[in-house]
Amino acid sequence: MSILITINGREYGAESGQSVLEIATDNGIYIPTLCNYEGIKPQGCCRVCTCLINGRKMTACTTPATDKMVVETNNQDLEWIRSTIIELLFVEGNHFCPACEKSGSCELQALAYRYRMMAPQFPYSFSARDVEPAHGTLLIDHNRCILCKRCVRWRPEPEAPGWFVFVNRGHETRIKFVHERAADFNKSLAQAAMNICPVGAIIRRGKGYDVPIGRRKYDKLPIGSDIETKERS
Amino acid sequence: MDTKTIKSESAAITAIIAGHNNNSTDLMDILIDVQERFRFISEEAVGIIAKAISSSISEVEQTLSFYHFLSRTPTGKYTVYLNNSAVAEMMGRDEIAQTFEEEAECEFGTVSEDGNIGLFHTSCIGMNDQEPSAIINQRVFTSLSRKGVIELVHAMKNGVEIDDLPGTGVRSNIIRPGPILTMEAQPAEILKKTVSRKPEDVIAEVRAANLRGRGGAGFLTAMKWQLCRAVKAERRYIFCNADEGEPGTFKDRVILTERPELLFAGMVIAGYAIGAAEGILYLRYEYKYMAEHLEDVLRQMREDGLLGKSAVAKQDFDFDIRIQFGGGSYVCGEESALLESAEGKRGEPRDRPPFPVEKGYLQQPTVVNNVETLCAVAKIMLKGSNWYRALGTVESTGTKLLSISGDCERPGVYEVEWGFNVNDILRMVGAEDVQAVQVSGPSGTCIASSEFNRRLAYEDLSTGGSMIVIGNQRDLLKDIVLNFTDFFISESCGSCVPCRAMTIQYKKKLEKILRGNGVAADIDQMLSWEKVMLVNRCGLGQTAANPILSTIRNFRELYNSRLRKHTDFVSEFDLSAAVRESCKITNRIPGPGGG
Repeated sequence: MSILITINGREYGAESGQSVLEIATDNGIYIPTLCNYEGIKPQGCCRVCTCLINGRKMTACTTPATDKMVVETNNQDLEWIRSTIIELLFVEGNHFCPACEKSGSCELQALAYRYRMMAPQFPYSFSARDVEPAHGTLLIDHNRCILCKRCVRWRPEPEAPGWFVFVNRGHETRIKFVHERAADFNKSLAQAAMNICPVGAIIRRGKGYDVPIGRRKYDKLPIGSDIETKERS
Repeated sequence: MDTKTIKSESAAITAIIAGHNNNSTDLMDILIDVQERFRFISEEAVGIIAKAISSSISEVEQTLSFYHFLSRTPTGKYTVYLNNSAVAEMMGRDEIAQTFEEEAECEFGTVSEDGNIGLFHTSCIGMNDQEPSAIINQRVFTSLSRKGVIELVHAMKNGVEIDDLPGTGVRSNIIRPGPILTMEAQPAEILKKTVSRKPEDVIAEVRAANLRGRGGAGFLTAMKWQLCRAVKAERRYIFCNADEGEPGTFKDRVILTERPELLFAGMVIAGYAIGAAEGILYLRYEYKYMAEHLEDVLRQMREDGLLGKSAVAKQDFDFDIRIQFGGGSYVCGEESALLESAEGKRGEPRDRPPFPVEKGYLQQPTVVNNVETLCAVAKIMLKGSNWYRALGTVESTGTKLLSISGDCERPGVYEVEWGFNVNDILRMVGAEDVQAVQVSGPSGTCIASSEFNRRLAYEDLSTGGSMIVIGNQRDLLKDIVLNFTDFFISESCGSCVPCRAMTIQYKKKLEKILRGNGVAADIDQMLSWEKVMLVNRCGLGQTAANPILSTIRNFRELYNSRLRKHTDFVSEFDLSAAVRESCKITNRIPGPGGG
């Protein structure tokens, strides 16, 4: 069914069932997100895509659009909430960008640049976290994990269970590789897992620096530019 | 361990799983049974379970590691969980904890060398009216004294059976019964009356009573039912939320032990109204000690024909009730997290929409009602909506059960009509020299005497039913607010960033102020972070900073008096503390220049 939804004062046609985030993206409106990924079932974990939807703060990635819905994606309040969440993630883990394989392709880093983050308002936690050789093809660096749950929700084969799970809870939550099925895991899955990870928590062994610095995803243009240029075209 | 023991162990585990039909949605029950049988869930056990329910070790671990009463390491033949709620501390918990450690010869968080006694902390176990208290292998020991603990540990060392351990059990402490707590009719009478009417009429009656959910959110019960009934589905479910985890709340405990037949009648009524075939009582693990009694009541109801095929002799109304235990998690009191847990998963709240009334338990339309709400439903069906509406105020009809604890003479359960003000209640419970009242638990609000004239009502001071009286002798920020903040940190499910990470920042700031290093800007910052907390997915995460926020608003002077004067900035980083250890080792004294 076709519906009409208003985003930032302009009306757009869409299909009911589409998420607010999808509709915005299709129409060249960038809503930042860290936990959402195309093809993976959304779950509002990072809360970064929080928008004003019919006057209430709701996550754009999980909210299905309905007819006559009114959405505001951007105001001072929302932007402040987003940048604060990004800051929280920086101090929660240990993010040493210059030494990270993902630097330049990292969505957390890119969002920090987009929000012109200087020094965080929070003290660093310097939490003790492991670097784990999870598989012959794969490293997990828990220092960098932002618990977005993308890898946990990822289903390379729709009917088969995933390759990662969450263990523990609260600030002790960690991702864990499903070791029991390690024999079926391979280099291409490791590469896919690394691509899905918004930060440098999942690294394919031996391939970390494949693309030279200067030619990486966000080296030239800020994150979201690809979506925003759609609008101009 | 020899092969024979291992074999018999795995046979026992296999039998447990078979008892649950190798069903993956029964994972919580399987894990709880294994935990209770072996006092921990070993690698081998996890492997056997994973195989039997066609899952993987990691996936079982994913659920297991979420719940704090489930353990991957041995917890001792006797597993002691000592409550660490703020009221327990007010009632002398520290001395009790110390006595346990001395007598059991091990520290909290560990098991004695011989593997006999394990000591662990746990969040509020719903015994605030009889603290300090502890759970030992599902049995609850209340009003612990130093002498009592010495005897208790001595008995444990001598291998005395759990049921024979010396100690005081749970007292109901109903101080003021009202219409809900007064037993006037047997469930049979109430249910016969109910099924003689059409389900739509039952909903209309509850709507006319203007009954609102007693869990705290205050949603109209009849509307919830109507929404659920309107969804086309094969199967619908009615859940009773008995995961009473809000620290300071224990009124459901009393209903569950004193009036279970009324509650179950309420579940049957709700099931009839929405067209459900199954009712599930989600009971917090802390209340495991009630299991036998509750099962007896259900058995009797089945024998009386009130449950089962053609329940209450109503053709085509097949309805039964079962009990689902949690595993120790505050967040599971949130209705969608509760459903996840009941499905054998981690208790992470779901994104909404869809709401449980559309897609709930096993993706079927589900109503989740509070214990007290369902009891009120039973009474409304017995005595009518007019009778009910005459109680309380116009917007808040009926009565409210209050769990009152803390610095007062008569802690316990009080049933009052909505509209009572806080002063009336304080007089009733014998509270003098009151500094503050924590209304509705840590997620609620902490009010000062200037607000004691406020009335308990949805339209004024809304409450889920807990009131903690805090006397003037307490250090509100250190004894209460810090404890509550720790509670939220340890109970966060970890899914949303602000609930997981901002709570820690709040604690750091509070500690900075308590150390005497706070400045005015720290308080402004804490207030500004509220906006970020409010974007958490669930109501529990959204309110996780309330202990700090409500005391900043209502007890600002307590914060101000601890702030550094004449300075705008004090670093959170304490250099001399950071280098203390290395200075000690290298035998140097940290100087003013950092050297």
